[in-house]
Amino acid sequence: MLFLSFFKTLVDREITVELKNGVEITGTLKTADQYFNLKLDNVKCKNEDKFPHLSSVKSIFLRGSTVRYVHLSKGDVDTNLLQDASRRGKLH
Amino acid sequence: MSDSKSEPLDLFKVLLDEKVHVKLRGAREITGRLHAYDSHCNIVLSDAVETIYDTDANDQLISTQKKSEVIFVRGDSVILVSSPNDV
Repeated sequence: MLFLSFFKTLVDREITVELKNGVEITGTLKTADQYFNLKLDNVKCKNEDKFPHLSSVKSIFLRGSTVRYVHLSKGDVDTNLLQDASRRGKLH
Repeated sequence: MSDSKSEPLDLFKVLLDEKVHVKLRGAREITGRLHAYDSHCNIVLSDAVETIYDTDANDQLISTQKKSEVIFVRGDSVILVSSPNDV
Protein backbone atom coordinates (compact mmCIF):
# COMPACT_ATOMS: atom_id res chain seq x y z
CA MET A 1 0.00 0.00 0.00
CA LEU A 2 2.44 2.61 -1.27
CA PHE A 3 0.00 5.52 -1.29
CA LEU A 4 -1.57 4.61 2.05
CA SER A 5 1.90 4.80 3.62
CA PHE A 6 2.41 8.04 1.71
CA PHE A 7 -0.74 9.59 3.16
CA LYS A 8 0.21 8.40 6.64
CA THR A 9 3.45 10.41 6.34
CA LEU A 10 1.32 13.49 5.63
CA VAL A 11 -0.67 13.29 8.89
CA ASP A 12 -0.68 16.65 10.73
CA ARG A 13 0.44 18.44 7.55
CA GLU A 14 -1.66 20.99 5.73
CA ILE A 15 -3.01 19.69 2.43
CA THR A 16 -5.47 20.92 -0.17
CA VAL A 17 -7.95 18.42 -1.56
CA GLU A 18 -9.72 19.15 -4.85
CA LEU A 19 -12.90 17.16 -5.28
CA LYS A 20 -14.48 16.00 -8.53
CA ASN A 21 -17.30 18.56 -8.06
CA GLY A 22 -14.78 21.43 -7.98
CA VAL A 23 -14.76 22.05 -4.22
CA GLU A 24 -11.25 22.77 -2.90
CA ILE A 25 -10.71 22.17 0.80
CA THR A 26 -7.56 23.06 2.74
CA GLY A 27 -7.02 21.49 6.12
CA THR A 28 -4.79 19.50 8.45
CA LEU A 29 -4.78 15.79 7.56
CA LYS A 30 -5.77 13.71 10.59
CA THR A 31 -6.25 10.18 9.20
CA ALA A 32 -6.27 8.24 5.93
CA ASP A 33 -7.32 4.66 5.15
CA GLN A 34 -6.94 2.13 2.35
CA TYR A 35 -9.71 3.78 0.28
CA PHE A 36 -7.97 7.16 0.65
CA ASN A 37 -10.88 8.34 2.73
CA LEU A 38 -9.48 11.41 4.47
CA LYS A 39 -10.30 13.23 7.66
CA LEU A 40 -9.29 16.89 7.84
CA ASP A 41 -9.38 19.37 10.72
CA ASN A 42 -9.29 23.19 10.65
CA VAL A 43 -10.83 23.07 7.20
CA LYS A 44 -11.26 26.08 4.98
CA CYS A 45 -12.97 26.01 1.59
CA LYS A 46 -10.63 27.69 -0.92
CA ASN A 47 -13.40 28.68 -3.34
CA GLU A 48 -15.96 29.71 -0.73
CA ASP A 49 -17.55 32.22 -3.11
CA LYS A 50 -18.67 29.30 -5.28
CA PHE A 51 -19.47 26.88 -2.43
CA PRO A 52 -20.66 28.94 0.56
CA HIS A 53 -22.36 25.95 2.24
CA LEU A 54 -19.02 24.80 3.68
CA SER A 55 -18.15 28.09 5.37
CA SER A 56 -19.06 26.93 8.90
CA VAL A 57 -17.52 23.44 8.65
CA LYS A 58 -14.50 22.91 10.95
CA SER A 59 -13.77 19.21 10.54
CA ILE A 60 -14.60 17.00 7.58
CA PHE A 61 -14.60 13.38 6.40
CA LEU A 62 -14.03 12.96 2.66
CA ARG A 63 -14.93 9.76 0.83
CA GLY A 64 -11.87 8.76 -1.20
CA SER A 65 -13.80 8.24 -4.43
CA THR A 66 -14.82 11.93 -4.58
CA VAL A 67 -11.21 13.14 -4.65
CA ARG A 68 -9.69 14.38 -7.90
CA TYR A 69 -6.39 15.82 -6.64
CA VAL A 70 -4.47 16.33 -3.43
CA HIS A 71 -2.15 19.35 -3.60
CA LEU A 72 0.94 19.17 -1.38
CA SER A 73 3.94 21.30 -0.47
CA LYS A 74 7.35 20.28 -1.76
CA GLY A 75 8.77 20.22 1.76
CA ASP A 76 6.26 17.59 2.86
CA VAL A 77 7.21 15.04 0.17
CA ASP A 78 10.37 12.90 -0.15
CA THR A 79 10.37 12.28 -3.91
CA ASN A 80 13.37 9.91 -3.83
CA LEU A 81 11.65 7.70 -1.27
CA LEU A 82 8.52 7.60 -3.43
CA GLN A 83 10.49 6.66 -6.54
CA ASP A 84 12.36 3.88 -4.76
CA ALA A 85 9.10 2.48 -3.40
CA SER A 86 7.51 2.63 -6.87
CA ARG A 87 10.53 0.92 -8.50
CA ARG A 88 10.44 -1.87 -5.96
CA GLY A 89 6.84 -2.28 -7.07
CA LYS A 90 5.48 -2.80 -3.58
CA LEU A 91 1.98 -4.16 -4.12
CA HIS A 92 1.62 -3.46 -7.82
CA MET B 1 9.77 -7.11 -27.35
CA SER B 2 13.06 -7.75 -25.58
CA ASP B 3 11.37 -8.63 -22.31
CA SER B 4 9.14 -11.65 -22.64
CA LYS B 5 6.96 -10.84 -19.64
CA SER B 6 6.51 -7.11 -20.03
CA GLU B 7 3.37 -5.45 -18.70
CA PRO B 8 1.62 -2.18 -19.56
CA LEU B 9 2.55 -0.71 -16.15
CA ASP B 10 6.26 -1.18 -16.95
CA LEU B 11 5.94 2.08 -18.88
CA PHE B 12 5.55 3.94 -15.58
CA LYS B 13 8.81 2.46 -14.31
CA VAL B 14 10.65 3.89 -17.35
CA LEU B 15 9.02 7.29 -16.80
CA LEU B 16 9.92 7.64 -13.09
CA ASP B 17 11.73 10.94 -12.45
CA GLU B 18 10.92 12.02 -16.03
CA LYS B 19 8.54 14.67 -17.31
CA VAL B 20 5.21 13.10 -18.20
CA HIS B 21 1.99 14.23 -19.80
CA VAL B 22 -1.26 12.96 -18.28
CA LYS B 23 -4.68 13.25 -19.88
CA LEU B 24 -7.58 13.26 -17.43
CA ARG B 25 -11.35 13.11 -17.44
CA GLY B 26 -13.17 16.42 -17.61
CA ALA B 27 -11.02 17.96 -20.42
CA ARG B 28 -7.95 18.29 -18.20
CA GLU B 29 -4.28 17.62 -18.80
CA ILE B 30 -1.29 17.74 -16.47
CA THR B 31 2.42 17.82 -17.19
CA GLY B 32 4.89 17.22 -14.40
CA ARG B 33 7.70 15.01 -13.11
CA LEU B 34 6.54 11.51 -12.17
CA HIS B 35 7.57 10.31 -8.70
CA ALA B 36 5.14 7.54 -7.79
CA TYR B 37 2.43 5.32 -9.26
CA ASP B 38 0.47 2.18 -8.45
CA SER B 39 -1.70 -0.32 -10.32
CA HIS B 40 -4.77 1.96 -10.07
CA CYS B 41 -2.84 4.69 -11.94
CA ASN B 42 -2.79 6.82 -8.80
CA ILE B 43 0.20 9.09 -9.43
CA VAL B 44 2.30 11.77 -7.76
CA LEU B 45 3.80 14.56 -9.87
CA SER B 46 5.98 17.52 -8.94
CA ASP B 47 6.14 20.96 -10.59
CA ALA B 48 2.81 20.13 -12.15
CA VAL B 49 0.96 22.38 -14.58
CA GLU B 50 -2.71 21.57 -15.04
CA THR B 51 -4.51 22.79 -18.15
CA ILE B 52 -8.32 22.86 -18.13
CA TYR B 53 -10.09 23.22 -21.47
CA ASP B 54 -13.48 24.86 -21.78
CA THR B 55 -15.53 26.88 -24.24
CA ASP B 56 -16.65 30.47 -23.70
CA ALA B 57 -20.04 32.01 -24.56
CA ASN B 58 -19.06 32.14 -28.27
CA ASP B 59 -18.04 28.46 -28.35
CA GLN B 60 -14.37 29.43 -28.58
CA LEU B 61 -11.93 27.06 -26.91
CA ILE B 62 -10.34 28.58 -23.82
CA SER B 63 -7.77 27.03 -21.51
CA THR B 64 -6.78 27.92 -17.98
CA GLN B 65 -3.58 26.80 -16.29
CA LYS B 66 -2.98 26.02 -12.63
CA LYS B 67 0.35 25.20 -11.02
CA SER B 68 1.03 22.89 -8.10
CA GLU B 69 4.30 22.10 -6.29
CA VAL B 70 3.36 18.45 -5.74
CA ILE B 71 0.09 16.85 -6.78
CA PHE B 72 -1.48 13.46 -6.08
CA VAL B 73 -3.87 12.44 -8.87
CA ARG B 74 -6.47 9.78 -8.09
CA GLY B 75 -6.24 7.00 -10.67
CA ASP B 76 -9.92 6.91 -11.63
CA SER B 77 -9.53 10.30 -13.38
CA VAL B 78 -6.58 9.18 -15.51
CA ILE B 79 -7.15 8.49 -19.23
CA LEU B 80 -3.57 8.20 -20.50
CA VAL B 81 0.03 8.80 -19.46
CA SER B 82 2.74 9.52 -22.01
CA SER B 83 6.20 10.98 -22.35
CA PRO B 84 5.89 14.63 -23.51
CA ASN B 85 8.50 13.86 -26.22
CA ASP B 86 5.98 11.57 -27.92
CA VAL B 87 3.41 14.33 -28.43
